Amino acid sequence: MTESHIPNMQEGNDGGPDAHLAHHFSSPAQQYDAARLGMWIFLMTEILFFGGLFCAYAVYRANNPQIFVDGHRFLDKPLGAANTVLLIFSSLTMALAVRAVQLGRRRWLVGLLAITILCGLAFLGVKAIEYKHKWDHRMVPGQARIAYWFSRGETSEPLKKFQPDEAYVKERLAQAGFEDLDQAEYDQRVKHLGTYMGIYFSLTGLHALHVVAGIVAISWILVGAVRDRFGSNYFTPVDLGGLYWHLVDMIWIYLFPLLYLIH
Amino acid sequence: MDMMVSSPTPPKSYLVDPPGLRSWLLTRDHKRIGLMFLAVISASLALGATFALLIRTELTFPGPTIVSTGHIYNRLFTLHGTIMIFLFIIPSMPASLGNFVLPLMLGAKDVAFPRLNLASLYLYVGGLIFFLLVLVLGGVDTGWTFYAPYSTSTAAPVVLAVVGVFILGFSSIFTGINFLVTIHTMRPPGMGWFRMPLFLWALYGTAIIQVLATPILAITLLLLAVERTVGIGIFDPALGGDPILFQHFFWFYSHPAVYIMILPAMGIVTEVICVFSRKHIFGYKFIAYSSLAIALIGFLVWGHHMFVSGQSPLVGMIFSALTFAVAIPSAIKVFNWLATMYKGSIGLAPPMCFSLMFIALFGIGGLTGLFLGSLVTNVHVHDTAFVVAHFHYTMAGGALMGFLAGLYYWWPKMTGRMYNLAQGQISAVLIFVGFNFTYFPQFIVGSRGMPRRYFDYTRLLDTHPEFTFYQILSTAGGFLFVGGLVMVAFVLLRSLFVGRKAPANPWGAATLEWQCSSPPPHENPPAPANVGDCYVFDDFCFDESAQGYVKVP
Repeated sequence: MTESHIPNMQEGNDGGPDAHLAHHFSSPAQQYDAARLGMWIFLMTEILFFGGLFCAYAVYRANNPQIFVDGHRFLDKPLGAANTVLLIFSSLTMALAVRAVQLGRRRWLVGLLAITILCGLAFLGVKAIEYKHKWDHRMVPGQARIAYWFSRGETSEPLKKFQPDEAYVKERLAQAGFEDLDQAEYDQRVKHLGTYMGIYFSLTGLHALHVVAGIVAISWILVGAVRDRFGSNYFTPVDLGGLYWHLVDMIWIYLFPLLYLIH
Repeated sequence: MDMMVSSPTPPKSYLVDPPGLRSWLLTRDHKRIGLMFLAVISASLALGATFALLIRTELTFPGPTIVSTGHIYNRLFTLHGTIMIFLFIIPSMPASLGNFVLPLMLGAKDVAFPRLNLASLYLYVGGLIFFLLVLVLGGVDTGWTFYAPYSTSTAAPVVLAVVGVFILGFSSIFTGINFLVTIHTMRPPGMGWFRMPLFLWALYGTAIIQVLATPILAITLLLLAVERTVGIGIFDPALGGDPILFQHFFWFYSHPAVYIMILPAMGIVTEVICVFSRKHIFGYKFIAYSSLAIALIGFLVWGHHMFVSGQSPLVGMIFSALTFAVAIPSAIKVFNWLATMYKGSIGLAPPMCFSLMFIALFGIGGLTGLFLGSLVTNVHVHDTAFVVAHFHYTMAGGALMGFLAGLYYWWPKMTGRMYNLAQGQISAVLIFVGFNFTYFPQFIVGSRGMPRRYFDYTRLLDTHPEFTFYQILSTAGGFLFVGGLVMVAFVLLRSLFVGRKAPANPWGAATLEWQCSSPPPHENPPAPANVGDCYVFDDFCFDESAQGYVKVP
């Protein structure tokens, strides 16, 4: 954090008491520092939160590399790439939004925040298409149990096993050069595929929840921006929202190659 | 600082200003939040202690005593463990005493994020409600460790309990973030890092662990809940998952977590020992750095809970060596406390009694930890009552005694009332005797093969007929111990009605929280321009008219 980022924060611009200064801080600069440090620590907890899943990924991939190579064939690389571009672009607009508020350009701020939110929503839309695709081909671990719940017990007992759509799996494997698998070979290949899909859904699902949280936070900031609550002398929420959004973006940048681009 | 003596109308205390229930429930004042935390945490302690007595009563005699089956007993020790760990010890010192004292010690007006602080309290209450729901639904039977795959297959309401712990984890993280930021950004000018009271160093180390370890527990329990409901195949071996991974995740949080429990207690003991020995702390920097060392090395020893899980011998050796290493900073503290007391003018008020008990009991707990940290002896005493005894010597003998020391120490500041010192000392003696009778026999039976988590030990009597004697001793001690805790509650609550008004500085302490009135006003007094050494007691003299210590120029 450089001093140039906090140009007008020593005192309220009109020299009077700062309306945004909470009673327990002695100066706006102290308040700003505290808020940023708090946010960074919170982001650290988020990284550790995802760290558990990344760790699970590392352990299972080290133990069963073939499962992961097989598993990634069922993910849609173009859609994943599109989502990556969307998020990186939204990070750029978010960073520009922070810049805009620091320079006091309110209309730019509103526009850039709106673009960021739209990118986030588009990301979720693409993700929903991917999830739907997986669901249709029964590539969702525990799908039998979920379906059993939704049917209120009308279908048969929930299966514990991961049973993907066999024709679909065979077709995908054939595309990868594994043609004419006999039943034993097929069973062997899909035996632990559920673990890969479990980690895929946990990681991307948790990430999607964070995208939703980010969209909610930025929408709240957008409302504030429309009501002209932020300016060059007070922009802490925009700054913190930006930090959070960059983290969400960064996690995806790790997820994309780890899940989609395995060799 | 003679402001409260000379000012004509002293400001109203934080207890009545602003007035009204609503102002309490929506308060952002760290003092009120700390006091409310103290109330709910004490209720949790009472609940946990009830289950402890049920466990002890069951174990008194061989065969079923008060419960008919092991399933009920499993629920008893699970509820005892989860309530004591997640609802009592973890938040006990940071959220209640720490919350109250930290800004006052810094001369700050509040913690950095007061709203987050209040959110932390309500999250705690939310977690408590989940636990009460679990209780109503018959309790969980997995043990507080929630080991998979049993936790993914048992019929008990594991998901509810796990969500409760998840919420409590957020409460803990919020407290940790608040403390780290407050200590970093809100120290008054003139209070450098090495001018801070050592309790704040301890809270700082605690907060680091809270912030770095709790998210791992959160993701672990979240995955456990998903595994249980949907079956994604991450921990359940039947679905291709790895239950050992769960153990690694769980202990990666839960071992550092025991330092969340013990570090603040060590900080309290440090403050109390200096004040009641009337001597400057010996080795300030060693104690400060040892808090950080414990916080950091504590992250590298989790594998010592898994020596018999099949991990490789090399990994076991490394974890064993690191476990020995973490004993060093703890020992540094103990030696520094003893050196502080050496040739001091020692007063045995209740806070000091509990601090001395802390040293003695934590000493035993720490040294028996070395038996458990050694690979070979660990296999011998693994899953026996020896582990139970070790754990309780460190957590009940350490953390709980530190909590009680702090409670007796800051009670006059928090409530503005002095309790009866002699009664406080009697409660200390009851607890000390009761505690040792409860847990020392468990070392003996444990090392002779009494397994933990057994509700019926009839079959062991063929080879060990003496077990019944030790179990009776242990149960009798348990009731005495809890009787002592009841007496603590009695002594403190009685002071609210008949206790004399507390002076600003009853113990002659030099830290900033004692330089304002008892109880403090709504607005914390600002830090003096020149923050001195908080361990110099020479310029505090007992003043008969104030019945407390005053600073002489």
